[in-house]
Amino acid sequence: MKHQLKTATLAASVALGLGLTGVASADDHVLEVVTDPSFVPFEMMDQESGEMVGFDMDIISELAERAGFEYNLRTMDFNGIIPAVQTGNVDIAIAGITITDERAEIVDFSDPYYDSGLRILIGANDDSVQELEDLNGKKIGTKVGSTSYDFLEKNLGDSADITPYPGSSDMYMALLGGSVDAVFYDAPNVGYFSKTKGEGRVKVVGDLYEGQQYGIVFVKGSEWVEPVNEALAEMKADGTYDEIHAKWFGSASGE
Amino acid sequence: MDVTFQFDWQAAFASIPFLLKGIPYTLLISFGGLAIGFLIGILFGLLRISRTAWLRVPAVAYIEIFRGTPVLVQVLFIFYGLPQLLGGPINALVAGIAAIAVNSGAYISEIVRGGVQSIERGQREAGMSLGLSGRQTFRYIIWPQAFRRMIPSLGNQGIISIKDTSLFSVIGVGELVRQGQVYIATTFTALEVYLMVALLYLAITLTLSFVLRQLERKGLVGQ
Repeated sequence: MKHQLKTATLAASVALGLGLTGVASADDHVLEVVTDPSFVPFEMMDQESGEMVGFDMDIISELAERAGFEYNLRTMDFNGIIPAVQTGNVDIAIAGITITDERAEIVDFSDPYYDSGLRILIGANDDSVQELEDLNGKKIGTKVGSTSYDFLEKNLGDSADITPYPGSSDMYMALLGGSVDAVFYDAPNVGYFSKTKGEGRVKVVGDLYEGQQYGIVFVKGSEWVEPVNEALAEMKADGTYDEIHAKWFGSASGE
Repeated sequence: MDVTFQFDWQAAFASIPFLLKGIPYTLLISFGGLAIGFLIGILFGLLRISRTAWLRVPAVAYIEIFRGTPVLVQVLFIFYGLPQLLGGPINALVAGIAAIAVNSGAYISEIVRGGVQSIERGQREAGMSLGLSGRQTFRYIIWPQAFRRMIPSLGNQGIISIKDTSLFSVIGVGELVRQGQVYIATTFTALEVYLMVALLYLAITLTLSFVLRQLERKGLVGQ
């Protein structure tokens, strides 16, 4: 930490001295990895240790070991993550990021490592919402820069009042506090929240919308895509992936 | 849906060790940025007074641009925009320090200008009549008096810049607010944690105020 700060200070003074020329991390095998602060159970802070833990965290640490790199982990609001990889300010992002064509134009994705979709979450006593159409005319919370936001805009558009929040916790607190009638977001996250903090106060309704796959994000043309894909295939073959999956989702991946 | 909040002291105290990890970053960005901003401020403040147009005009432009745009936009521009111009990445900490430097530098330029211009003309005449050169007059007579008058405003700018670093949570620097947000994301104890975050900022800014008061009382001057 101290050393990092010292280096950063030095880097800062050098950078400013050179009129802000880019400071790349010179170290080849220490990569900058960025994640979201609150995408349970993929990444979340462990209250005991203050470290980030979760499905993604176990996956990236296993991948790093197999592909042969070390990394510094930082958190960023979700909407800043892909732009930060795009500029090369960070090398890798893992944050339950859905693979989409638009995103694939500016960053590289690994092979898919998780199958997901989108779901509706409402207050436990609310019986007015059974499916997506029922959200017409309601206030819906979702996340800035997420595929759920795009989906809502495309399917409900002006007929609903859509509020994009920067973080998952903001969006759930808005639902618990009554600022929004529903939250529409990634299925595993919505499911986890309804079974933990939100238990008895919220419920998941409707189908799984828009099947999606999560991928790990790299700078365009990154040399690490191949090694990571190989490591991922290995993990799936030797059962390590299933072990990690069972640890966070209570069952192996083939459910 | 009725939500009754109960303030949970235990949750508030439990968050402190985690929040403290953000303090070094908050301090490094604010004081690193302010140190550079002070140098920028002296340079551009003096250029701003210059009677030579080609020295004065760029200084006016710099001050107006960085005083007239939000520091949040500046840091987003530096972190997400500049790499595309430079063709190389920028470290988030560097982006934060740079943003505070250019932003506080613009304000400090005006503080320096105000301080120097507030010294009566007679002081300059007195120096010249003692046989000092223009440069010596400035350095030994004008600047020490002007600097003393700048201290309250500089302290004020310092406190503003410390608080401005809270905006840099958006670029993923693990400063105080970012730590708070990450903690709340898991615990949902917004009330308690943000109160602690506020108290920690207050601890930093009150310490700075106290130090500045001591400096003023001692009448500490540049030389």
